[in-house]
Amino acid sequence: MIPVKVEEKLFQNRYRVDAGRPHINIKNPTTCQVECKTQECTVCCPAGCYTAEGNGQVVLITDGCLECGTCRIICTTYRNVDWEYPRGGYGILFKFG
Amino acid sequence: MDEKFDAIVVGAGPSGNAAAYTMAKAGLKVLQIERGEYPGSKNVQGAILYSKALEEIIPDFREDAPLERHIIEQQMWVLDDESYVGSTYRSAEFNKQPYNRYTIIRAQFDKWFSRRVQDAGALLVCETTVTNLIMDRNRVIGVQTDREGGSIYADVVILADGVNSLLAKKAGFHPELEPKDVALAVKEIHFLPEETIQSRFNTGEGEGVVIEMAGKITQGMMGTGFLYTNKDSLTIGVGCMLSDFKSQKTTPYLLLEQMKAHPAIRPLIEGGEMKEYTAHLIPEGGYKAMPKLVGEGWMIVGDSGMFVNAVHREGSNLAMTTGRLAAETVIDLKQKDLPMTAANLAYYQGRLEDSFVMKDLKKYKNMPEIFHKNNQFFTEYPELLNRAAHTMLTVDGVDKKTKEREIRKSFKTRRSLFGLMGDAFKMWRAFE
Repeated sequence: MIPVKVEEKLFQNRYRVDAGRPHINIKNPTTCQVECKTQECTVCCPAGCYTAEGNGQVVLITDGCLECGTCRIICTTYRNVDWEYPRGGYGILFKFG
Repeated sequence: MDEKFDAIVVGAGPSGNAAAYTMAKAGLKVLQIERGEYPGSKNVQGAILYSKALEEIIPDFREDAPLERHIIEQQMWVLDDESYVGSTYRSAEFNKQPYNRYTIIRAQFDKWFSRRVQDAGALLVCETTVTNLIMDRNRVIGVQTDREGGSIYADVVILADGVNSLLAKKAGFHPELEPKDVALAVKEIHFLPEETIQSRFNTGEGEGVVIEMAGKITQGMMGTGFLYTNKDSLTIGVGCMLSDFKSQKTTPYLLLEQMKAHPAIRPLIEGGEMKEYTAHLIPEGGYKAMPKLVGEGWMIVGDSGMFVNAVHREGSNLAMTTGRLAAETVIDLKQKDLPMTAANLAYYQGRLEDSFVMKDLKKYKNMPEIFHKNNQFFTEYPELLNRAAHTMLTVDGVDKKTKEREIRKSFKTRRSLFGLMGDAFKMWRAFE
């Protein structure tokens, strides 16, 4: 396996972060921590926005979000992701796309 | 904004731009709403532009559209860990104008397309997210935005809001997408001097190459990789079904990193400066996963309607064509002074059926299912094929008949005779 930090990739991108207003929220954190055994969001998010903590908690930081929708669709069992588009003009701003 | 429009188009990607352009050009009062800072700032594609679909909308697009390179060569690689077996098609025909397809950079292309839309007379509002559809009973009569006092009304709303298509879902028009119906693709753009690209890919100025890849690079998942030549950059990416990412618990950017390290790929991108990393979902569920396309006062075009031909890697041409056909339906109804009811808007469906869009989607309707259930096409066959090539091409004193026997045996051991026959039948069913 090749070690790579997603942060180094995201660093190349341009964002306008809507500080204090994340466009994605985990509906019920306890569901992730207690019920969800697979936590695919922590592995499959292409921007690594979801982190699995040692105590089973899932921490979401949306700053690097690429707005693809993976987490929204992948959470099939619990539908525990509240996903909206960022406010107009905020979020990822692709230079090339 | 308390005005009323003939039509509101949500989104300024290829389908939304095609729809807004066509309607505005016919004299309709069109409002287009885009959530990005500028059209293209939220959009991601490989990206190949197929000329035909755009020609039907803007015949003279070549005059000022930002095009990277016209494609003169297509390669298909089937990869093992260390090697690949490939086919190449290059033709001087592809070097004759008008060119059939080009690489493009979407942020630039979408900006250009949008300028044409505005020149045609449509009103574009950027940095505005449509949050809800405004309903009068079961009829869509306008949209709500995140701007203050942001309710706007129109006779018809065209949803060109992309793969996630939140509006149609919130309104209950569509069920939620399933992981098996979308592919997740990640890609990077690497900048290199123009001459370096030309010498690496053996092309002249303005000429480009497309490489599509399948095999071990997707680590057993259903998907493909790609490498496209732009003017002074390369786009490299890989996309696989989200259901496979989910069940295998694969990290997309690690998959891409592994692919970039393949001994046949690494030298092609060597020394490039990576300037952007993107991810995007591609609606690849095909004909059987298509949602409802029209309703009372609304229509759906492009990715939000699942208009992607995954087999041929076509999407933006379907997007532009569906946008145009939806617009022509609206123009027609306007001229006849007919209301935008579901029954009247259904003419759009008819136009789709008559076009290559539905014909192609129907042709490959069984494809997703067959490949989902048979991942040997992405694992065992690439390996067997590469081993066979290796056996035949290594000169080691073993006679060719013995080598052929070995190869036949390797196929039969891995897949059994019935397995091989079954696979041949499945391939035929997938592409028939």
